[in-house]
Amino acid sequence: MKRALLLVAFALGFACKDQGTNAPKQEGQAPSAASSSGGAVIGAALSLTGPAASYGAQQKAGIQAALADLPVKLDIRIEDDASTKEQGITVFQKFINRDQVSAIIGPTLSNTASAADPLAQQSKVPVLAVSNTAATGITDIGNYIWRDSLMEKQVIPGAFKKAQEKLHFKTAGVLYGNDDVFTKAGYDVMQKALADLQVKVISTQTFAKPDRDYNAQLTALIGGKPDVLVVSALADNAAAIVAQARQLGWKGAILGGNGFNSPAFIKNAGAAAEGVMVGTSWNSLSQDAANQKFLAAMQKTGVNPDQFSAQAYSGVLILAEAIKQSGGKTSREDIEAGLGKVKDLDTPLGKFSFTPERDAQHEPSVQQVKDGKFQIVQ
Amino acid sequence: MGQQVLNGIFVGSIYALFAVGYTLVFGVLDILNLAHQAVFMLSAFFALVLVEHGLSIWLALPLGIVFGGLLGIGLERIAFRPLRGRAGSNLSGLISSIAMATVFEAIAAQIFGPDISRFPQGTFPDRMISLGSASASLLQVCIVGLSVLLMAVLTFLLAKTRLGRSIRAVAENPRAARVLGIDVDKVIALSFFLSSALAGAAGVLFGLAFNSISPDVGRSVELKGLAVIILGGMGSVPGAVLAGFAIGLVEVFTVAYAGSTYRDAVSFAVLFVVLVARPRGLFGQVAVREA
Repeated sequence: MKRALLLVAFALGFACKDQGTNAPKQEGQAPSAASSSGGAVIGAALSLTGPAASYGAQQKAGIQAALADLPVKLDIRIEDDASTKEQGITVFQKFINRDQVSAIIGPTLSNTASAADPLAQQSKVPVLAVSNTAATGITDIGNYIWRDSLMEKQVIPGAFKKAQEKLHFKTAGVLYGNDDVFTKAGYDVMQKALADLQVKVISTQTFAKPDRDYNAQLTALIGGKPDVLVVSALADNAAAIVAQARQLGWKGAILGGNGFNSPAFIKNAGAAAEGVMVGTSWNSLSQDAANQKFLAAMQKTGVNPDQFSAQAYSGVLILAEAIKQSGGKTSREDIEAGLGKVKDLDTPLGKFSFTPERDAQHEPSVQQVKDGKFQIVQ
Repeated sequence: MGQQVLNGIFVGSIYALFAVGYTLVFGVLDILNLAHQAVFMLSAFFALVLVEHGLSIWLALPLGIVFGGLLGIGLERIAFRPLRGRAGSNLSGLISSIAMATVFEAIAAQIFGPDISRFPQGTFPDRMISLGSASASLLQVCIVGLSVLLMAVLTFLLAKTRLGRSIRAVAENPRAARVLGIDVDKVIALSFFLSSALAGAAGVLFGLAFNSISPDVGRSVELKGLAVIILGGMGSVPGAVLAGFAIGLVEVFTVAYAGSTYRDAVSFAVLFVVLVARPRGLFGQVAVREA
């Protein structure tokens, strides 16, 4: 059970992020490849079962939506990594050796990626991660590993800045999980972001993942009368923390880390979630053509899009662009070279480029819970 | 400060309720029932299912308590009675209770999954009551009140009723009790019923209070419960009540002023000091063991 919880935690930690810059348009339709030469074979390792299954379902829908009107022909084979390292490795081996894929999308969780990606690196198969957000253990594996998902340290500073413009807070009380790599990493980023914004941290409290009672920490934080509460927690803890904070009479704003970025958080926290602000990598309200096209395509799949489908959809566009950049050739080396040339590509995430470290580069957004739904703060 | 005291009393009342049942069985049988936490967890799930089927919490709570009690009777039948009278039955009973806990947890994981389940919104009226500078929700007040009430009922039951006298007699000396015409098996089964019903009550209240129930939710409370009954004096009901509140308060103040990392460390350090200074626990001194 503990392990399962852990996985969920990982899933949440990793999964979320990415929001787009406002994507201006690029010349040439984003995804276009030269003449399709029978179609490049691409493997997609997604968590269709296991704790991260809800993310995997979104990603699958996103990929299918992207394929619907892609000028290039891609033969994408979707396999289930079962949210585990072991299955992820098996799927990668199948893709690399049996299917002889030109590139791999996925896997859903950073945890799985850290185990499976080295296989692809060894065999020189380009991997495009579409949801991995761990700061280390992904693109630093090697030059064949790329990602279109923003890391927490890319999302939070921008999100906090926008939140401050809106709320004008000057002091904060901080609560974070200190027994989890991702909530702790999130805290480190938050601390720096707050310092950069010259927000004074009145007090800092910690909790552990198995905790259910946060009254003591919250009472101490609220006692310091901060302007906002800043919380780095996974979705399950986050829901309970927010609910208990409201119960203790906290009426102010709550800024969350990536763990909050889940519909499960709103469902579980209920009315207490109202007003909570979270950074996100996909701006659902973006009027950019690429985003509008994505929304229309998703409507046909019948799946309500979120950040994960947007990132997966963008991943397909990016691979198609890479093929186009390499003159329509679809070997592993061609796609690897093509990925390096992707620049300012119009995607639902905004204008997309890679950093020199092969990480994603685009503007994050901020969303706030209103009437039981995440809504983008303009 | 006032609010932190309230927080401590609140969580302490749940620890106490849990530990009172724990210590009751220990007092009667000299056996640590490590499946106590699993009864706590299953009862919470049971009440959750009832609420999800549209029952009011006011009905689901007593039914959850009875369900816990019945689980206790089953537990006694399966895990303890067959071993009774055999050599080393205290140890083997301990082991078989661990086995039952594992079985219960596996059942819960199978039915409800490993994720955290919650009572639906609005299960309990959402009202705040302010007490001076502090505030508490109606739910918290009810939980503390109900815990105290249940513990008072148990104390009364043990002290003043025929059943209570039988339980105390069996605790003192089962053979002598049998000679006096007491149906020892029945008394033991009833003790398990009472003990597990209290675990059930604690489970449902815990589930309501922190709105999170998972198959392993009992584990942390189990350790806390052990600390409470040792601190209070093994087998002592009033000791368990006091120690429950004490540990709740120590925990809350540790978290607030030293950080959550030290929560358990300080609780167990207090336990250690008490054991060194007073090996029988706060109330374990009395010559006549209370049930």
